Amino acid sequence: MMNAMRSWVKALSVSGRVGLSLVLLWLFLAVFGPFLAPYDPGAFVAHDVFAGFTTAHPLGSDYLGRDVLSRLLSGARYSVGLALAAALVASTTGTALALVTAVSPRWVDEGISRFVDTLISIPSKILSLVLVAVVGSSLPLLLLVASITYFPGAFRIARSLAVNLAQMDYVAVARCRGEGAVHIALREILPNMIHPMLADFGLRFVFIVLLLSGLSFLGLGVQPPDADLGSLVRENISGLGEAAPAILMPAIAIATLTVGVNLLIDSLPGRGRRIAGKE
Amino acid sequence: MAGPATRGLLATALPLIGKRIASGALTLLLVSLVVFFIAQLLPGDAAQEMLGQAATADAVTALREKFGLDRPAPERYVRWLLGMLTGDPGYSLVANMAVADVIAARLPNSLLLAALSALVSVPVALTIGILSAMHRDTRLDRGLNVATLSMVALPEFLVATVAVLIFSVQLRWLPSIALIPADASPWLVLRSLAMPILSLSVIVIAQMARMTRAAIIQQLNQPYVEMALLKGIKPARVVLTHVLPNAIGPIVNAMVLSLSYLLGGAIIVETIFNYPGLASLMVNAVTSRDMPLLQACAMIFCTAYLLLALVADTAAILANPRLRNR
Repeated sequence: MMNAMRSWVKALSVSGRVGLSLVLLWLFLAVFGPFLAPYDPGAFVAHDVFAGFTTAHPLGSDYLGRDVLSRLLSGARYSVGLALAAALVASTTGTALALVTAVSPRWVDEGISRFVDTLISIPSKILSLVLVAVVGSSLPLLLLVASITYFPGAFRIARSLAVNLAQMDYVAVARCRGEGAVHIALREILPNMIHPMLADFGLRFVFIVLLLSGLSFLGLGVQPPDADLGSLVRENISGLGEAAPAILMPAIAIATLTVGVNLLIDSLPGRGRRIAGKE
Repeated sequence: MAGPATRGLLATALPLIGKRIASGALTLLLVSLVVFFIAQLLPGDAAQEMLGQAATADAVTALREKFGLDRPAPERYVRWLLGMLTGDPGYSLVANMAVADVIAARLPNSLLLAALSALVSVPVALTIGILSAMHRDTRLDRGLNVATLSMVALPEFLVATVAVLIFSVQLRWLPSIALIPADASPWLVLRSLAMPILSLSVIVIAQMARMTRAAIIQQLNQPYVEMALLKGIKPARVVLTHVLPNAIGPIVNAMVLSLSYLLGGAIIVETIFNYPGLASLMVNAVTSRDMPLLQACAMIFCTAYLLLALVADTAAILANPRLRNR
C-alpha cells in the first residue's frame, strides 16, 4: 500500500507534486485548522483594524480588529467542507443517472439527456443566481444549489463513459448470463469508470469552490455569522485602499486551493488536459 | 476556392447550420421553461410582495388581476414568453419601471465591456497558444501550461482586487470605479474601463490560449506537417502557411467558446468595479428578489451563451469538410 502510493507520487510531475502538497495542506487545515487557530475567529483581539503582518497576528487584522489567520482557518472549513459535500452530491447524482441511462430503454436516456443538456446550456453562474434568488442561501440550500448547477457536467462525462462500457463484451456476457440491470450497472460498468470520475470529482470541486466563494463575495452565499473564504474577501473590501492583508489573504487562500487541485489533476497519468476553469 | 466549389460548400453546410439553429432554438425554449419554473418556486407572489403585509385582500386581488397573476401557470408562461419575444418582459417591481427600459439602459454598457475585452484577449491568447504549440514540450510550453493552468483556477475577485491594488492604490494610474459620465470623452471611457477589461481578459485569456494550443497541436500531428518538415520547410513557415489555415476552424471555435467565460466573469467584475452593466443589474435583481427583471436578465445571458455556441459550431462546420458530410 505504502509502496503503491510512493510510486504513484513518483509518477507525478513537479507541478503535480506541488498540487498534491497544496491539496493535502488544505484538507489538513480544513479538518484541524480551528484547533490551530491562535484566537477565536469571532473575537475582537487586535488594537488596530486592517493591521499588517505582526507576530501577534501573522496575517494581520480585519475590519473589526479580528485575527485574519483565525478567521481564514475557520473560513477554509466552510469553503472546503461545503464544496466537498456539494461535489460529492453532484458527482454521485451524475454517475447514478448515467448508469440508469446505460441500462435503461432508449426513451429514458433521451429524456434525461435532453433535460441535462438544457441545464448545461444555462451558464453555471446564471443558474445558481436564479436558484439562490428563489431558495435563499442557508448552508444546506447552497449545497443543493451548487450540486444542481454542477451535476449536469458530471452526468455528461459519466454518460459517455457508461455508454461505451455498455458495448463491451463482458457486459454482453453478463447480460447473457441473465444478470439484472442493477448488477450490470453496479458490478460491471461502475468499477471501470471510477478513475475518470474521481478526476472529474476534482474538477467539480474546483468549480464549486469558485462558485460558492464567488456567491459569498457577492453577498449571496454563506451568510454571517458563518463565513467562508469568499465572505472574508467581501467583508474586508473596504480595506482595499490600504492594501490590507485581510482582503488579499483569503483570496490567495482560495487560489492556492483551486490551483493546487488543477495542477494535481493535470499531471495524473492518462488524463487528457481536462482542467477546471470558471465556466 | 472557385465559384462552383463554393456553391457546393454552401449547399452542404447550410442545412447543417440550419439544423444547429433549430436545435439551439429548441434548447432556448426549454431553458425558458426551466427559468420560468424555478421562479415559480418562490413562495408568495409579486402582488403580495409589492403591497406588503398590511395590504387588504381586495387590493392584492386587484393587483394580481392587473398583472395576470391570477391566471394558471401555463398561461402565464406563454404570456411571459411572448412578452420576452416582443421585447416586453414585464414590469420591474423594485425599479418601478418596465424591465425593457431598465435593461436597455444597461445592455450597451455590458456589450461594450465584452467587446473591448474580446479585442484585448483574442490576440494575446492566440499568440500564447501558437507559441506553446510550436514549442511543444519545451520548457517554454511547460511554463505556459502551468501559468494558464493556474490562471483558469483563479477566483475572479482575486484578479480584480490585485488589479486595483497595483493600478489604482500603488501606481494611482487608473480609477478603481468604472462610472462613466454621459459626456465622457472616449479617452476617459477607456481609462475607466481599463481595469474591468484587464480583469476580464486575464480570466478569458488562459482558457482561450489552452484551447488554441490544443487545436493547433491536433493539426501538427497530421502527416502533411511531417511531409512539409521533411521537405525542409522551416517550422515557423509550416505553422503560418500550412497549419494555421487548416486550424482556423477549431481555433475560431475555441475562441468563441472561451468568450462565454466573459458572461460568468462579468458578474464579479462588474460588481467589483460598480460598472453599470447587465451582470451587476442581475446581481441586484437577486438581492432584491425582483423576479421579472432576474428572469429577463437570465434569458439574455442564456441567449448570448447559445448564440456563442452556435457561432462556434458554424465556424467548425464551415472549416471542416468531414463535419459537413455527416
